[in-house]
Amino acid sequence: MISAQLPALQVVLPLLAGPVCLLLHHPRLSWALATAVSWLAFFISLALLDQVLSSGTIVYALGGWAAPWGIEYRVDEINAFVLLIVSGISAITLAFARNSIEYEIRAERIHILYTGWMLCLTGLLGITITGDVFNVFVFLEIASLSSYLLISLSRDPRSLTAAFRYLVLGTIGATFILIGIALLYVMTGTLNMFDLSQRIAGVSDSRTVKTAFIFLSVGIALKAAVFPLHLWLPNAYAYAPSAVSALFAGTATKVAVYLLFRFFFTVFDPQFSFDVMQLDRLLLPLALVGVFVASVTAIFQTDVKRMLGYSSVAQIGYMVIGMSLVSVLGVTAGILHLFNHALMKAALFVVLGCVVFRIGSARLEDMAGIGRAMPWTAGAFVIGGLSLVGVPLTVGFISKWYLILAALEHGWWWLAALVLISSLLALVYIWRVIEVIYFQPPSDPSREIAEAPATLLIPTWLLIVANVYFGIDTSLTVGVAERAARLLMGDAS
Amino acid sequence: MSPEFATALAVFLPLFGAVGIALLDRHPNPRETVTLVTATALFLVVCSVAPAVYRGDEPAVHFLELVPHLSLALRVEPLGLLFALIASGLWIVTSVYSIGYMRGNNESHQTRFYVCFAVALSATMGVAFAANMLTLFIFYEVLTLSTYPLVAHKGTDEAKRGGRVYLGLLLSTSIGFLLLAMIWTWFSAGTLDFVNGGILRDTLDPSLLPLMLALYLFGIGKAALMPFHRWLPAAMVAPTPVSALLHAVAVVKAGVFSVAKVTIYIFGIDFLRDAEATTFMMWIAAFTLIAASLVAMTKDNLKARLAYSTVSQLAYITLGAMLVNTTALIGAGMHIATHAFGKITLFFCAGAIYLATHKTEISDMNGLGRAMPFTYGAMLIGALSIIGLPPLGGVWSKWYLAIGSLEAGQWAMLSVLFISSLLNIAYLLPIPIRGFFGQSSDRGETNAVREAPLPAVIALTFSALGCLVLFFFPGPLYRLMALVFAGQ
Repeated sequence: MISAQLPALQVVLPLLAGPVCLLLHHPRLSWALATAVSWLAFFISLALLDQVLSSGTIVYALGGWAAPWGIEYRVDEINAFVLLIVSGISAITLAFARNSIEYEIRAERIHILYTGWMLCLTGLLGITITGDVFNVFVFLEIASLSSYLLISLSRDPRSLTAAFRYLVLGTIGATFILIGIALLYVMTGTLNMFDLSQRIAGVSDSRTVKTAFIFLSVGIALKAAVFPLHLWLPNAYAYAPSAVSALFAGTATKVAVYLLFRFFFTVFDPQFSFDVMQLDRLLLPLALVGVFVASVTAIFQTDVKRMLGYSSVAQIGYMVIGMSLVSVLGVTAGILHLFNHALMKAALFVVLGCVVFRIGSARLEDMAGIGRAMPWTAGAFVIGGLSLVGVPLTVGFISKWYLILAALEHGWWWLAALVLISSLLALVYIWRVIEVIYFQPPSDPSREIAEAPATLLIPTWLLIVANVYFGIDTSLTVGVAERAARLLMGDAS
Repeated sequence: MSPEFATALAVFLPLFGAVGIALLDRHPNPRETVTLVTATALFLVVCSVAPAVYRGDEPAVHFLELVPHLSLALRVEPLGLLFALIASGLWIVTSVYSIGYMRGNNESHQTRFYVCFAVALSATMGVAFAANMLTLFIFYEVLTLSTYPLVAHKGTDEAKRGGRVYLGLLLSTSIGFLLLAMIWTWFSAGTLDFVNGGILRDTLDPSLLPLMLALYLFGIGKAALMPFHRWLPAAMVAPTPVSALLHAVAVVKAGVFSVAKVTIYIFGIDFLRDAEATTFMMWIAAFTLIAASLVAMTKDNLKARLAYSTVSQLAYITLGAMLVNTTALIGAGMHIATHAFGKITLFFCAGAIYLATHKTEISDMNGLGRAMPFTYGAMLIGALSIIGLPPLGGVWSKWYLAIGSLEAGQWAMLSVLFISSLLNIAYLLPIPIRGFFGQSSDRGETNAVREAPLPAVIALTFSALGCLVLFFFPGPLYRLMALVFAGQ
């Protein structure tokens, strides 16, 4: 009985939990509720993925109102996979958040943070699960508004300007998306994704549809921080509370990248997006330039959180490269990296949360010599960093493997070589940190630094272990990504 | 114990040892006992696989599938057994030596040192027994990462710089070239298994062969082909036992071993010979061989000179592989063994001299030989073996390499080998000669010099004897190498 209602529960539970967190008005209770709901959402998404894998796409009419009048939730391989990522990362980072947030945020604001967190989760899960483009916009606004709130809750005054910048750019992005949706509605008379995909074919020659396509592309790319629309990201990640950075790194941009896939491959069909509009000719060079520019910029950062922010921009480039190869293998690589990058970046941000918890700063020079005092934290950073570089037995290696395979399938040697060279840049910025934390003597030897408490270390190492586990046992990730890619490419075999 | 179990155990045993060492952090004597016991047990385990391989079996272990049809798996073939025997056997000797050296020198972080050493040996076993290129690659990277803390051991600015060059070059060549070559192979051949006769013959356009070969050979940075050799001299900042076992045996031999493995089992020597694809890389190897010898002559620092000598000797093996005939490859395989014994002896001696006198420059070592007869005797033997003079093991490998180059019709390569042997004499022999006959500027100081601590002397005597034994009993070695080609 209840299993039939899972798609609605996936979104409704966190949505209800948000206001309740506010009413509870108690740091610990709000946290407990948010965590419980988040784990519940995780199990729901597991069940949904299981259902999809065994019996195919789930179509759910919200409130019993059938599409096109009502809102339809449509769960297939790709968004079931993204739901799993979002709810999973949220659940683990919330387990981490309790101590970290209590340290980083004033006590009387903590319940507001968890309220924002729940609403953000609602938005992200809603964007992912819905089959209705206007609903996408609504959830996008919920997620965005709550993210501005989450960032600006940090004690660091710079977080306010970072949040404001994100607000301005995010609003522009959302407006573009709304305009795109409106134009599509004018042309087709429907907001349902499935109907759209059927009807656009008939009117795809019109200038209006092409304009809508362009508005949507730019709008979503802005939310996904695709180079050169990434300017809001590094500061937003750097100045947000650590746990929030980890949440965003693992979920927010991932959902936006999912939207790119959804619009380019499902709503518009790949033939229109890439043959008629020739999107790949624009996306591929931009993504490549983005990978290199962002990686090189990361090398010169003094704030490690900002460095990871730039690294995220580079990594999003890999996903876009996979997408713009427009082949089953390329799309597989893109989706796979979506999952894998969520794991590694969330892990690294959480590690930095441990560091900030003990030394009160994420600046590189303050981290000198902490390897000895915080062996578990430092060890986690090494493994997470190696995963980011793409060393074998970590998830990063699997991503690289498929991406390069996809490039070779096109016969694009230069692309394969460039991807590998860019991962050496990642090695440079990661190793810079490792050298400082292990081999540089502490700047203030008299200061006693202790290892981070177990409540922080356990979630951290859970993520690290996941980085290694999914680098060794790839049957789930590769299996689902491949099925999702076939679905998107319209290749049923 | 079945050979399959022993194969898997060889990879895990050093890891168990590493855990034991880490747990005994504050108890030096039991901790070193664990190292010695692990090393001995590992050697016995590897030996227990040997009879099966000599019979022609290839014990195989399958761990798990990483991506569909691509597994983490082990399979022991003769070449891998040869490499594993040498590395594990010399680990025992080096462990004895390390105990004398690390304590005699009051080094810090000794637990970290022994742990990383054990992990490096586990990775070496993995490289030796890998059943496919992916498994080899994984253990190859583990070997790089686990030896980095050993190189940067001292934590000084110089050590950090050395570590950076070491890691930077080894990781960037392996990720930039080797990984690309490997994925390209997977893409063309649909498999990465090591198969006798190679897997690329029908699947790769022969005109692309030289490019692929260059990607592999430069990608295997541990083989130290110029211009990617700088990491090896940089690694000399490490404590001497590390230079001895890892940077004369395990790490560098993992490099040339991979080169041989790729030549035989990925490309297949017939395919390479028919396509005449190896000329360019052969000349690169020849150039490295001569150039490194010339650089070695200019180095006054003993370990730096030995490092460049290693670069040159590694190029012998790569050259042997690039001659692509059975005789040359047998020579290359035997050179893995004979050079290991010769060079580890020389490094042991360099460390012993440092322990006894704290001298690192050759020009300061005049007359030391009379005060340290065992050390200098061993050094003479090691030097002569590397030069390739009887009655020492080095003769055999150079012999087969020379015949192999004649078989290939490469007169130029024969003369390169010959010139290089002369250069070996010019830069290796002066060291013991100065030791025995040189006049020290400070007579009183030299007279006060004694031999290094006993464990160090035992170790270097043992490895020097090994050079002699290899001359009189090269049979098992030759048979093992011949087995590699028995199936073809």
